[in-house]
Amino acid sequence: MSMQGPLATSRSATGIPTGRLGVWWLLASEIFIFGGLIACYILYRLNNPWWGGEAVFTKVPAGAFNTFVLLTSSLFIVLAHDAAEKKDFDRAFKFIWYTIGGGGVFLLVKYYEYSSKLFADDPELLKTPLTNTYWSFYYTATGLHALHVIGGMVIMALISFDLRKGFNPHRVELIGLYWHFVDIVWIFLFPLLYIAK
Amino acid sequence: MGQTTVTHDSHAAHGHDHHEQSFIMKYFFSTDHKIIGLQYMFTGMFMAIVGGYFAYAFRMQLAFPGMEVPLYGTVGPGQYNMLITNHGAIMIFWVAMPVLIAAFGNILIPLMIGCDDMVFPRLNRLSYQIFLLSVVVLFMSFFVQGGGFGGAWTSYPPLSAVAEYNLTDWGASLWLIAVALEFVAFLIGGINFVTTSMNARAPGMRMTDIPIVVWMIVLASIMFMASVGPLIAGSVMLLMDQRVGTTFFVPSGGGDPVLWQHLFWFFGHPEVYVVLLPALGIVAEIMTTFARKKLFGYKTILYTTFATGGLAFVVWAHHQFIAGIDPRMANIFLVTTLLISIPIAEILFSYVATLYGGSIEFRTPMLWALGFLVTFLLGGVTGIYLGSSALDIYFHDSYFVIAHFHSTFFPIAIIGMFAGLYHWYPKMFGRMMDETLGKIHFWGTIIPFNGIFLPLFLVGMAGQHRRIYNFQHFPDLATADLQGIRVFATVSLVTMLLFQFVFAYNFFVSMFKGEKAPANPWKSNTLEWTVPSPPPHGNFAELPTVYRGPYEYSVPGNKEDYWPQNMPDRN
Ligand code: HEM
Ligand SMILES: [Cu+2]
Repeated sequence: MSMQGPLATSRSATGIPTGRLGVWWLLASEIFIFGGLIACYILYRLNNPWWGGEAVFTKVPAGAFNTFVLLTSSLFIVLAHDAAEKKDFDRAFKFIWYTIGGGGVFLLVKYYEYSSKLFADDPELLKTPLTNTYWSFYYTATGLHALHVIGGMVIMALISFDLRKGFNPHRVELIGLYWHFVDIVWIFLFPLLYIAK
Repeated sequence: MGQTTVTHDSHAAHGHDHHEQSFIMKYFFSTDHKIIGLQYMFTGMFMAIVGGYFAYAFRMQLAFPGMEVPLYGTVGPGQYNMLITNHGAIMIFWVAMPVLIAAFGNILIPLMIGCDDMVFPRLNRLSYQIFLLSVVVLFMSFFVQGGGFGGAWTSYPPLSAVAEYNLTDWGASLWLIAVALEFVAFLIGGINFVTTSMNARAPGMRMTDIPIVVWMIVLASIMFMASVGPLIAGSVMLLMDQRVGTTFFVPSGGGDPVLWQHLFWFFGHPEVYVVLLPALGIVAEIMTTFARKKLFGYKTILYTTFATGGLAFVVWAHHQFIAGIDPRMANIFLVTTLLISIPIAEILFSYVATLYGGSIEFRTPMLWALGFLVTFLLGGVTGIYLGSSALDIYFHDSYFVIAHFHSTFFPIAIIGMFAGLYHWYPKMFGRMMDETLGKIHFWGTIIPFNGIFLPLFLVGMAGQHRRIYNFQHFPDLATADLQGIRVFATVSLVTMLLFQFVFAYNFFVSMFKGEKAPANPWKSNTLEWTVPSPPPHGNFAELPTVYRGPYEYSVPGNKEDYWPQNMPDRN
């Protein structure tokens, strides 16, 4: 079905594509949301030096592995974008699904981390959102981030099929911007929650 | 479903010939910016009735404690708290925001910048749908067990965080969810205001040819986006405290309640400017039109607004002078607060200079615009007292504060709304409103308004605390003269509310019986007046080109005293 949107959608007085402006707006709002959360965490952390003793129970190798996974998936989405620009849609499709795969591995590792804390038999290792405020932050921040990972994966899956038919290739760039953002949030969360002791 | 709607709604580039849409499609699932604007407008006006009704109920209780309030019933302490909480929240989140930003933003921006719609029409519709959902959730919160939330619109923890304290377990959570949904709706709406104004401007329209009201709505959207983020994070944390049992803000579990205050006011203070700016914009359009003069200092106003926008982010702790913050910190916020009054005063002076020497026509919209200026001034001046940390120790949480911020909010939300409505009514509905009724409505609102709040400054200075359901329980405040003042304020309120029926009559009857409006009844310059009233789907038969700024009134050498932005030659 051919549909024609309003003419407004095709104008570009600034020279910047409207879709990109839209995603920038979305990311800016997200920066303020995550920024607020992270600022709260840092303020609490400064007032509660003993939280370092809690951070010991995070699994740094798992977190480091996940950082690597996310960074690699970001590379894949760049390659997908590159392929889409060159109108090689099959290749772009493939790299989008590699990116989604990266998100999947990330979530599996998260699942392992969460379950080993939430369902630990050893009371020493049992850490839930109610254990103390450090763990409340840990679950809230990483949980919100994981939701963003899932959201990104769903959107990528949706656009990948259109893309294979050659529709809306510019969307690869837009989701790529978003995916880099999700990546960067993790790069803040990892040292703040896992490494700082 | 989504797809079909789009086809029904889309139109050829030049806006003519589109097939008939069903009533439901046209008015409920439309992606047309004008319809979405009207949806926001009507929802906001309906919420204003709810907010006003709540004010009526609790003011009656204050004037005549314990009485069975006609059309409401008795107002007990819990009820009282619920009423003021939701009155405040509704007036700000569900009246000022939707009407000033979303309704006027949607209706005006595409028309004023000369394009056929917003750049993301479906996101626009989504924004309204989420907003409507937030209204539904808010109403649900009134009817769950325990009743509606009563912890004030500021929702300070630990009171708001722990059900044993606030006694409104789900009422508190649904309230919070409703507010959060409203935030999301406006984040999504803001994307359109900003990107449309940036990218979809008519050819020839430079940055400085954009009407001020469009600038104001865009800047307000940006400020909203930047201030609300941390509070959204805070709302998630508060919701976790309520529902999961974490203790982010509960001191008994190691949390910090003052952190919420910082998050709330980091949003709350900029929010004041978020609603102020569109009102200032509306007033600027009206004043230039009815003074037949160029806006005094377009660029000055613009830069001053940037300065205000920046400063608005560094004043928030003036709400927390007595919350135990370091007095040295208080000094810093005192200085920034007094500083911000400079740019605001400068804008108001520019407006006065715009009026100076103009040939002023006292039509209804102009009366409201002037009413805005005068009333807002009173609110602004009293704010300077509250901004000084020493005085605020006495005034904090008193009726002086209530009277101060109503003298700012009422001009913004109510007077600004009416000014805009009377001005753009012909464009929105294609009919003229009745001038005489409009003037009666104006005086019947502005005089009783001062009858409510000037006395409340006095009781505030006498030490009357806010958020108290019955002052008879306090011997010092139960005196006959103070009670007399309270009765006077309440009678003024009832008078003001009764005058709103004049408006309702004028509004609805004019819609069908009013004189047919020409395209440009006020002889205004901006592009929305170059299309028929009401504008057809797609707005412009021929998309316009812009040749000059929006305020070229009474230009020497022209035959007419206005000069539309899209007119190539002399007028
Ligand atoms: C219709 C006329 C209005 C009247 C008579 C009125 C009256 C009042 C009064 C007496 C209170 C204080 C109640 C108390 O502390 O015990 C109050 C609170 C408040 N009002 Fe209004 N008001 C009106 C309109 C508005 C408008 C237009 C706005 C904003 C756009 C607004 C925003 C608020 C807020 C934010 C609060 C604070 C609620 C709280 O303490 O949590 N009001 N109002
Ligand atoms: Cu403030």
